[in-house]
Amino acid sequence: MISRREFLQGAGALVVSFCSSAHGISQAEQRGPFGTHASHIDPEKLDSWIAVNADNTVTAYTGKCDLGQGIFTAQTQLIAEELCVRVEAVRLVQCDTAVTPDQGSTSGSQSTPTNFNVEDLALAAATAREALLKMATTHLDEDVSRLTANDGMVTASDGRRVSFAELIGARKFSLPVNPQAKRRSPAEWTVMGKPVPGLDHPALVRGAFEFVQNVRVPGMLHGRVVRPPEMGAKLLSVDEASVTAIPGLVKVVVRQDFVGIIAQTQFAAIQATQQLACRWSPGPALPVQESFFEHMQQLPAHDELLVDSGDAAESLSRAHRVLRARYTWPYQMHGSVGTSCAVADVQPDRATVWSATQSVYPTRNCIAMLLEKPPSTVRVIFVRGSGCYGLNGADAVSFDAALLSQAVGRPVRLQYSRQDEMMWENFGNACVIDHRAGLGDNGSIIAWDRENWVANRGSRPGYDKPGNVISGMLLGFEPEAEKPGTSKPPTKELRNGSNTVPEYLAGCVGGTCNGSGSVTSERVLTHTVPSPFYTGPLRSPLRIQNTFANECFMDELAAAADADPVEYRLRHLRNLRLRGVVIAAAKSAKWGTSSGRGAIEKGEAMGRGFACVAYEGDNGYAALVADVAVNRNSGVVRPVKFTIAIDCGPISNPDGLRNQVEGGLLQGMSRALVEEVTWDAKRITSIDWEGYTSLRLDYKTPEIETVFVVPENVKATGAGETSITVTPAALGNAIFSAAGARLRHLPFTPARVLASLSMVRQRPA
Amino acid sequence: MAGTCENLKWRSLRISQVLPTMKQVLSVNGRDYTVDVDPATPLLFVLADELQLNGPRFGCGMAQCGACTVMIGTQVIRSCVRPVGSVGNAPITTLEGIDTPENLHPIQQAFLEEGAMQCGYCLSGVILTAKALLDAKPDASDEEIRDALGGVLCRCFAHTRMLRAIRRYRDAGPVS
Repeated sequence: MISRREFLQGAGALVVSFCSSAHGISQAEQRGPFGTHASHIDPEKLDSWIAVNADNTVTAYTGKCDLGQGIFTAQTQLIAEELCVRVEAVRLVQCDTAVTPDQGSTSGSQSTPTNFNVEDLALAAATAREALLKMATTHLDEDVSRLTANDGMVTASDGRRVSFAELIGARKFSLPVNPQAKRRSPAEWTVMGKPVPGLDHPALVRGAFEFVQNVRVPGMLHGRVVRPPEMGAKLLSVDEASVTAIPGLVKVVVRQDFVGIIAQTQFAAIQATQQLACRWSPGPALPVQESFFEHMQQLPAHDELLVDSGDAAESLSRAHRVLRARYTWPYQMHGSVGTSCAVADVQPDRATVWSATQSVYPTRNCIAMLLEKPPSTVRVIFVRGSGCYGLNGADAVSFDAALLSQAVGRPVRLQYSRQDEMMWENFGNACVIDHRAGLGDNGSIIAWDRENWVANRGSRPGYDKPGNVISGMLLGFEPEAEKPGTSKPPTKELRNGSNTVPEYLAGCVGGTCNGSGSVTSERVLTHTVPSPFYTGPLRSPLRIQNTFANECFMDELAAAADADPVEYRLRHLRNLRLRGVVIAAAKSAKWGTSSGRGAIEKGEAMGRGFACVAYEGDNGYAALVADVAVNRNSGVVRPVKFTIAIDCGPISNPDGLRNQVEGGLLQGMSRALVEEVTWDAKRITSIDWEGYTSLRLDYKTPEIETVFVVPENVKATGAGETSITVTPAALGNAIFSAAGARLRHLPFTPARVLASLSMVRQRPA
Repeated sequence: MAGTCENLKWRSLRISQVLPTMKQVLSVNGRDYTVDVDPATPLLFVLADELQLNGPRFGCGMAQCGACTVMIGTQVIRSCVRPVGSVGNAPITTLEGIDTPENLHPIQQAFLEEGAMQCGYCLSGVILTAKALLDAKPDASDEEIRDALGGVLCRCFAHTRMLRAIRRYRDAGPVS
C-alpha cells in the first residue's frame, strides 16, 4: 500500500507535465465527454490513462473510484488483462483532478459500463497493448502475428524477449486512444473473470487502510460545524465570547448561515460546538409526517410524460376488470457508518482537498466557486470514506472543510457529528406511485396507466450548483429546481433510467418501443414536487422505489388473473435478457414445484415472492425469489432464503460480484423491513442509530443462492444496484403469499404487518 | 427568547467543565506512549490524532455503532465515549495490534479468505468483538457470536461473509 505522501511525491512530475500542456485552454471552452466540462487531461490521449514505468510496472489513471464496492480491484484486473501484466505490476490512481481524466461521478452503476467495454479505460489499455506490440515488431524484427505479450514482456516465436519498459524507454506513448483497438475477449481472459481477492483487504483487516477520516496533513487543525436547529432556520447572531475560554479554540467561522469551529483538537472543537451560543430564527412548520404522502400529491408539480399511447383511458374503460393501487415509499438515509469527513488546505494561491466525493471534478469547481478562486488552482484528491451508497455528506463536508481552511489559511480536518450527518444529508426520495391497470377476458393486461409523485430538493451539486446540498444553501445558494408545469406528449425515445416505466410495458414513443414488455396501451406520468428535506441519489435511486411499486402491483394483477406470478410476468415480457433471469431464478428456486406457501409453524406462515428488474432499462438484469416466514401473532417478517439470478454480461470478478449481490440483497432487506426517516413539526428526529434503525450484525440473515446468467456477445453492465432493487418487492410479494396481506408502504414493520393482517381478517371471504 | 431558537445539543459528551491537560502514559499495542491531553478527551481522539492509528474510527460518538472499538485488557470497549483519563495504564489493543509484522492474526486471515468486507470501515468492531468473545469462549455458538455483535453496524451488509469468517476462525480452533 502506498502512503499518500509517497503518492504525492511520485505524482509530482506528472502534475507538472500535464499542467504545462494545458496552457491556454479555458475550462469553460467546451464541454467534455460524459457531459462533463473540458478538463486539462485529454481523455482522447493514451498518456492520460496509461504510463509504463522504468521498473516495468504500469500506472493507470481512472476517473471511477472505489467506494467500497471493489471497483479498484476490478479496474486493476482490467489493466493487467489488457496490457498482459501481473496484477501486482499495476498501480491504479483513482480520481485526482491533478492527474486523472474527468469521468464525471462514480455513480449510477456506470463504472463498469463506462470503463470495461469498448471505450475509456478499457480502450486505452487495449490501445497501449497494441502500441507496445507494434514497437516490438521493430525491436524484435518480427511480424506482430508472431509476437506474444505476457507478464510485461513481448516474446518472439524464437524466444527472444523485450520488456515493455525497454520498448517505451523514457518516452510517452504520444498516441490517441484508438477506437479500433481490440479488447481481449472473455475467452482469452487470464486475469479478468477470476475471483482476485480485494487488493484493499489486507490493509483493511490490519486496520492500516487510510480512509479520508485518517488523512493527516502537517499543521492540521480540527473543525466542526454548528448547523441550524431546524429546517429553514436563519442565523440571527453568534456570541463568540461564549467559547473563548475553551483551551485550543482557534476560530469561530461565520458566513451567512454557515457556522463552523476550528480548534487545535477534535475534542476542543466539539466542546466549542456544544457551548457556542447562537440565536436562530425558527423555520417554517414542516408538513405532518402521518399525512405527508397526501400532502405531496397536493403540491404544485413539474410533470413529465415518459410514454403516452393516448388510448390508456379508453382501454381501461372497456377492460374486463380494472385494478387500482397506490404505493408509498418513505425518505431513507445513506447512513454511512463513518460520518463524512474531508481535509482541506487552502492557501492564497492554491487549494488541496482530500475528499471522499464521488465527483472530484464537479466538487473542485464548486469549491472554487465557494472560495472565489479559479478551478485550475483547486485540486481535489479522492480518498475513500466509509461506504456511501450514493450522495451522503461527502460533497457537503468537502465544501465546509474548504471554507474553514480558507478562514485560517491552515489545513483543517472536518468530520461531521452523527447528528450533522443524519439531519442534513440528501435523503433518498419519498415517493407515491399510483397504478391503474385493465385486464382482458383472459386475465392479460390490456392497459396500464401509472402516475407517480417524487419529493425532490437538491441532488448532486454538479459543477456549479452548491445549493443542491446543505452547505451551499447555508451560503445563500438555492437548490436547482424545476418549474411547476404540465407535460407535453413525449417526443424522446424512452430511456427508462429511473425504472419508472414497468417492465411489462412496450414503452413506445414515436414508433420506437424501448420498453421490455408487450402492453401497448400505456401512460406513465411523473410529478416532481418540492421536498422539505434535501434529497439525492441513494443506492438504486428511484429505481428501487419504482420497482417496489411496479413489481408488487404486477403481483396483484397476477393474483387478480388467478395466474402464477412467474408465468404471468413471462406472458408480458419481450426482453430476452430479462426473461433469461426470470427463468433462471424460478428454476433455481424450484418455483412451481415448491409453492412455499401456507405451511404454518410456531405461528409463522411461510410464503414466497418474486420480483425482477431490467435495471435502468438496460443496465443489468435481476430476478429474485424470496422465501419468508411471517409471524401472524407478532407481525415479524423473517426472510429465510433469497434465490437470485443476475445478468450483468461478462463478469470481471465473480467473488466481487457475489459480494455486491449479497450486500445489496441484505441492504434492500434492511430498507424494506426497518429503515425510515422520521420528523416532527420542526426537524428530523431520526438523528442517530436509535432513531434510524438498520439491521445489525446480530440479525440472522437468510440463506442466499446467487446464479449468474452470462449471455454471449453482450456488453458488461452495472451490477452493484440490481439485487437491492428487487428485494423490497420480492419481500412484499412473499408476505402476501404467506399471509394474504398486501403491504403497499415501507418499511414492513410488525405494526404495519399486523394492521394489514387484521384487514385481511375483516374482509368478507 | 420568543421567536428565536438555540443550537441543538449533541447527545453524548456533556461537558461539565473544561479541565487542564495532564500527562499520562498509555500502553497501546505493546508500546508505551506519553500523551499530554485533557483527561476528559475520548480515547478514540487520542488514538487517532495523537498516536495516528487508523484502526479505531469515529462513527457516532455515542457507542451505538462499534466503529471505534478497541480492547482494554480482554474486554472490548467503545473508545468514542471512554475518557482517556479513566484508562490508566491498562493495555489497549487496536485492530492494528493483534497481528505481528510477519503474520496476520488467524481471525484477520479468516476475513481475508472469506472476502468478508466491503468498505471495511466497521472492521474494528466486527473483528475485535468476535475475537474477544472467542478468546473467552472458544466454542461459542453461532447464536452467541451474533448476540455479541448486536452492537456493531455494517451498512454495506457484508453480514453473511463476516459471520462465515468468524465461524471459520472459531472452527480452526484456538490459537496456540
